[in-house]
Formats: sequence, structure tokens, C-alpha cells
Amino acid sequence: MRHDYVLKLLESGERLDGRKLDEFRDIKIEVDTIERAEGSARVKIGKTDIIVGIKMDLGEPFPDVPNQGMLRTGAEFSPIASPEFNPGPPGEDATELARVVDRGIRESECIDLEKLCLKPGEQVWTMFVDIHMMNHDGNLIDVSALAAVAALMRTKMPELEDGKINREKLKEKLPIKHIPITVTVGKISDKFLIDPTKEEEQVLDSKLMVAVMEDGKICAMQKSGDQGLSEEETSRMIDLAIKKSKEIRKLL
Amino acid sequence: MGMKSKEKMIVEGKRLDGRTPDEIREIEMKVGVIPNANGSARVSFGRTTAVAAVYGPRILHPRRLQEPDTAIIRCRYNMAPFSVDERIRPGSSRREKEISKVTRLALEPALFLEKYPETVIDIYIEIIQADGSTRVTGINAASLALADAGAPMRDLVVGLAGGKLDDTIIIDLCGKEDNYSVADIPIAFLPRKNEITLLQMDGQLNPDEVKTIVKNVLNAGKKVYEKQKEALKKKYHK
Repeated sequence: MRHDYVLKLLESGERLDGRKLDEFRDIKIEVDTIERAEGSARVKIGKTDIIVGIKMDLGEPFPDVPNQGMLRTGAEFSPIASPEFNPGPPGEDATELARVVDRGIRESECIDLEKLCLKPGEQVWTMFVDIHMMNHDGNLIDVSALAAVAALMRTKMPELEDGKINREKLKEKLPIKHIPITVTVGKISDKFLIDPTKEEEQVLDSKLMVAVMEDGKICAMQKSGDQGLSEEETSRMIDLAIKKSKEIRKLL
Repeated sequence: MGMKSKEKMIVEGKRLDGRTPDEIREIEMKVGVIPNANGSARVSFGRTTAVAAVYGPRILHPRRLQEPDTAIIRCRYNMAPFSVDERIRPGSSRREKEISKVTRLALEPALFLEKYPETVIDIYIEIIQADGSTRVTGINAASLALADAGAPMRDLVVGLAGGKLDDTIIIDLCGKEDNYSVADIPIAFLPRKNEITLLQMDGQLNPDEVKTIVKNVLNAGKKVYEKQKEALKKKYHK
């Protein structure tokens, strides 16, 4: 019943919490929340609450890019965050989320990976970006992506002493080049909306996630949801995402 | 993507394999390649070859997974270990898991799932040789396999990738082009209404470039649509 109500409201351009269709919920960004991580951020958008922690480690580079540090992004839908989440290895949705966030960071060339090379072909820094759900009330991708860049911006590299990592001594910041902002635009009949709650997500026809760079260039996209989009809708959704990304960027 | 090419990839308007920017590789499609399956197809774009098989609709077990008013779709995209230069370890990677999901979402809008409550339709896609654009090739194969299985469909689903290489907008990226491209946009759509059901992108592009690529792919995809229809006719009109 509530499902129908949410749907009807959205179709008439209104939302349960009184927001405009293109309005985000309150956004709170806390940084350095996890002292033992090399970088961290906790982002809350409405009741969605996500912590991202960055750990740095040494590793062997991929053979095709021997002079670049590595980025590994993982997401866990921890069962504490929602009655629908169960313990176990990451499923399809968690995997997609991690890969979309990873793509935004990677394709924007957010981090200068070449500066993270210690010995070409042998040793490079690896950044582990771990996305941890605390509470799920929709729009997990935008919140995770924002928390990830907020955490990366604060990340400090540990000191190397005789080839060993000393995490007690953190030195310079990660070499950040660009900051991608990911905005998901939802579609329901002929309406577009931003920052859907979990209830709203259940009635959406489709979603388009768009990662936007400082200069308005797009660096990643992913369509989701079970209905198609026309060319014109796609184009309007991209424009809306770019516009909203500018608002989010100011918060960092 | 991400890798920078030292040389130009497009010289005097010709690509590595001699194609023009808007040219699709040679397409081969054959329907009915796996006798055991309810429907199947093999699709090649140049050296990229996907085989898809559809099993079902069949009763879904265990029963608690059944949906009372619709069939459910399960989709698995898998790359054969020998499909690329460096052997791929069997078992599904994160990449394959994600592609399985977006492929399922790309196909679902074409199907009348409510006709088969409590059942499952399994779609298995095997990439037996990979040279770029594998996910969209898999979608073309799955579209044909579904039609071959007699699933009621609103339309076939066409998959095609577009992108930017050097300064040029191109269609149907091969593996090497994919590695060195500025950006890559795989798309699937239902051609009759031009309804886009898969849209992904990586790389860096201006919004206008993105829109141009989407438009080009929707246009060029019509050729792939015709090929799909021909392949189906070939099996059923002797």
C-alpha cells in the first residue's frame, strides 16, 4: 500500500519527506573517523550512513602497468545496515557498487598512480578502499563514492623504514589529481529525481549513475533498474547529474 | 582504458584493422548451436565470439525462490580461460559478476515475464574468444537465444559499443582499441522504440561527446538488428 502511495506522490512530483525532486537530503561529511586507517570518511546522506576506510600496503604491480600503484575497491553490505542484508561474500549488488565507485576513481585519474611506484615491476603501493555500510536508506552509490573521495583526500602515506611500513608515522598525502563526484539520477514515469530513499528506489523505473569531473567532463556511467531509457531521457539525466555534482563538490 | 598509446591509433581515417570509424567488424550470427538448450545462438564480431544458451522457462527450485506473478531471470556471463592471451582463472570474477547483472537488466525489458509465473529462465553466456566488446556481443547472442527458445518478446535486444579513440568517435571497439581508447560506452537497446537498456561508460568525455556516441550507436545498431532478424529467419525459413 505504502509502495503505491510513494509511487503516486512521485508521479505527481512530490516526495514523502517533502523534498523537491532534484534535492539531496542533508549531507554530513566527517573525515578522519577511523584513526587506525591511513584515511577515512563517514558520509551520511539522510539516514544512509557509510564509512570508507583507506589502507595502504605494498604489493607487486600488474604486469601490464608495472610502474603504477594499485587501487582496490571493495564493498560489503554488512547485515547491521539493513534487514535485507545477509552475511556472506559480496553479492551482485555489492560487487556492482564497488566496481562503479572504483571506475569513478580510476577513470577520473583521481590519484597519480605513477607516483605510487617504488620499484617498477616489483613494488608499488596498493590502496585498499573499503566501503562499509552502517545504515541503508537508499542512494548507496552516491554516498559511497563521496565517502571514498573524502577519505582519499585525507589519506596519508605511511613511512617506509628499511622497506617496511611503519604505520605509526604517516607522512605526505596521497598524490591527488582529480576529484570525481558521482550523482545518481532516478527516473519514474516522466519524472527525474535525485538522491532516492530506499522506499523510493523500490518504485523507480530506472537509474543512471554519472561520475563527473571538476570541468564537467564525464568519466563513468552505469545504467541500472529494470526499464529502458530513451536517448532524450539519457541526455537530460546526464545534464541533471552534472548540475547536481557542482553542489556536492562544494561540500568537500 | 587509461593506457596511453604512443602511436596514433587512427591513421588517415583508417583504424588498425582497416575499418573506417563508423564501421562494424564482420558479424556472424547463427541460431540453434546447442542441441540441449531450449534456445541458443553464436555471435561473432570479428574475433570476439559469444555463445549463449537459454534453459527454460522451467520450474524454479527451491520453491521459496519462486515469484507468484512472474518468471525470474538468472544470467551468467563467463569468459572461457583460453579466450584471451593470459589465461583467465575459472570461477566468476567481480567483473563477470557485474556484467552478469547488467546483462540481465539489459534483457529483462524485452521479455513478457509475467506469462510464466513461478519459473526461471536461465541465460548462460560464454565468451569463447575475446577481442573487445564482449558484453555487447554476449547480449546479441542472448537476444537470439531467447527468441530461439520461443520466449515472448517485445523486441530483440541489440548490443553495440561506441567510444573515442585519439580524437575520433568510433563504433565497435576491438580489444586493442578498447585498451587505448579515450572512452568506451557499451550500449544495449530495443530498436523499435530505441529504448536503452544497458549504458555504461568509462574514460573521459564531454557531455556532448557522450550524447553523440549514444546517437551513433543507436543508428549503427540498426544493422546489427537486421543481422539478428536474418539469422532467425535462416533457421526457421528453410
